[in-house]
Amino acid sequence: MVALANAKLMVEQVNFFYGDNQALFDISMTIPDRQVTALIGPSGCGKSTFLRMFNRMNDIIPGTHHTGRISMDELDLYDPKTDVVKLRRDVGMVFQKSNPFPKSIYDNITYGPGIHGQKNKSTLDQIVEHSLRGAALWDEVKDRLYDSAMELSGGQQQRLCIARALAVEPKVILMDEPASALDPKSTARIEELIGELREKYTIIIVTHNMQQASRVSDHTAFFFEGELIEYGETSQIFTTPEKHRTEDYITGRFG
Amino acid sequence: MNTWRDKAIYTILVGAASTSILIVLLIFFFLGKEALPFVKEPGFSDLLQTRWIPVSFNREVFGLLPLISGSILITLLATILMIPFGVLGAIYIAEIATTTEKRFLKPFIEILAGIPSVVIGFFGLVVLSPIIKNLFGLSTGLSAITGALLLALMAIPTVITVSEDAIQSVPLSYKEASLALGANRLQTIFRIIVPAALPGIIAAVMLGMGRVIGETMAVLMVTGNAAKLTLNPFSSVRTMTATIAAEMGEVAFGSTHYQALFWVGIFLLIMTFLLNLIAQQVLRKYQMR
Repeated sequence: MVALANAKLMVEQVNFFYGDNQALFDISMTIPDRQVTALIGPSGCGKSTFLRMFNRMNDIIPGTHHTGRISMDELDLYDPKTDVVKLRRDVGMVFQKSNPFPKSIYDNITYGPGIHGQKNKSTLDQIVEHSLRGAALWDEVKDRLYDSAMELSGGQQQRLCIARALAVEPKVILMDEPASALDPKSTARIEELIGELREKYTIIIVTHNMQQASRVSDHTAFFFEGELIEYGETSQIFTTPEKHRTEDYITGRFG
Repeated sequence: MNTWRDKAIYTILVGAASTSILIVLLIFFFLGKEALPFVKEPGFSDLLQTRWIPVSFNREVFGLLPLISGSILITLLATILMIPFGVLGAIYIAEIATTTEKRFLKPFIEILAGIPSVVIGFFGLVVLSPIIKNLFGLSTGLSAITGALLLALMAIPTVITVSEDAIQSVPLSYKEASLALGANRLQTIFRIIVPAALPGIIAAVMLGMGRVIGETMAVLMVTGNAAKLTLNPFSSVRTMTATIAAEMGEVAFGSTHYQALFWVGIFLLIMTFLLNLIAQQVLRKYQMR
């Protein structure tokens, strides 16, 4: 199992329901600080639902509820006193389909800092450069920061979304299949970027792509039909899985 | 094999699609044909006078300016009134209202859209105009502001419905991205969703203006119909549409007055055309691809 010494996020006996439909069953796991944790499993296994619990994105879906506890550095994420706005600043998210706002590149990056009260132009300029560099996009767009973000290629748009998430200085970054809609070259860029980001951020990534999970992650959790089947170091999960279903899935027998 | 059938279907489709063009051209043609003699006698410059006195023992005057100013004044006032109600209403229905509230609100908006304009005119004449009269201490409640209020009322359902569609069609992913960055609901609505829906919202307002400028019956009933060149919202005014509707039935066929009324129609057409043109320009400017 994963060592508890550097735990960032603690999940304790979490169940999740869409109306009467239970999507997650009694999940408990510990997510280590400044490492990459991959969530894998077949479609509909609950891995994306689980990911969206960490920044409470499921709150916006009507008719959902959960039991159990998730905490980040001792902060109970679902405590009524917890400030969701503050939580989502600390836990950024990159979505499956790149979703830049129909604004300029510059305005996409400064949107987050702006709503949190940053108005100083030179600070914002610094944030833009810093975030774009962090997302390995600066050199490609530095001469056209005021052009529409919609004119970027798919891979660039996704890195812009990562830069936008970095701009609010999160501690955790959630990635929901961030490369599934991209070509191999752009995918390689994103994977390389994840490798760089893990130095500073705790990353949880949902992926369909087994090779990707094995390349980018330190730990891997295998979900099946809403249950956490197996969780351990990525090298162990992919070489000597303990459960039959894990082995069947990663060797491609189903899913 | 079926070439003759393909051709026949093609011809029918082309014909159906071109019918609207043909009708527009025909309307232009007949408007022009009926209006044209006026240019020779008494002359086009007569239309640019500041008074409209179509029936007189001394000298008839066919100045369109008071009618144009009346239409513009009422359209602008109605637009100012309908934007906050229409757009904010649409934002509420699309983004904030619960399902139950929506189920309650939407039928009422549809009913409002379906009320015949003459009934709304009645309401304006009997209920609204005395209120306006007392509220502002006017000598008569039949004024531009009364007409504008009624027209705004009639245009609001259009503005709400079209704006709401525009807001609903903003991708959910924008909303999610904004919320995931720690924006609250209102920040997400006003900084992301409304700007993204802006072209549609502008189109909605323009459609509403189109309805206002062409509306006849309600304004005929409540604006007092005094052809005055004024921009005072509390004055009685006469719009272009009301003029045509009120006078066309009594005018002698082919007379100068008759021709002048066709000129009113032409100017009305030009105004709606310009409105559409501006709407398209605005749309193009705000649409960020």
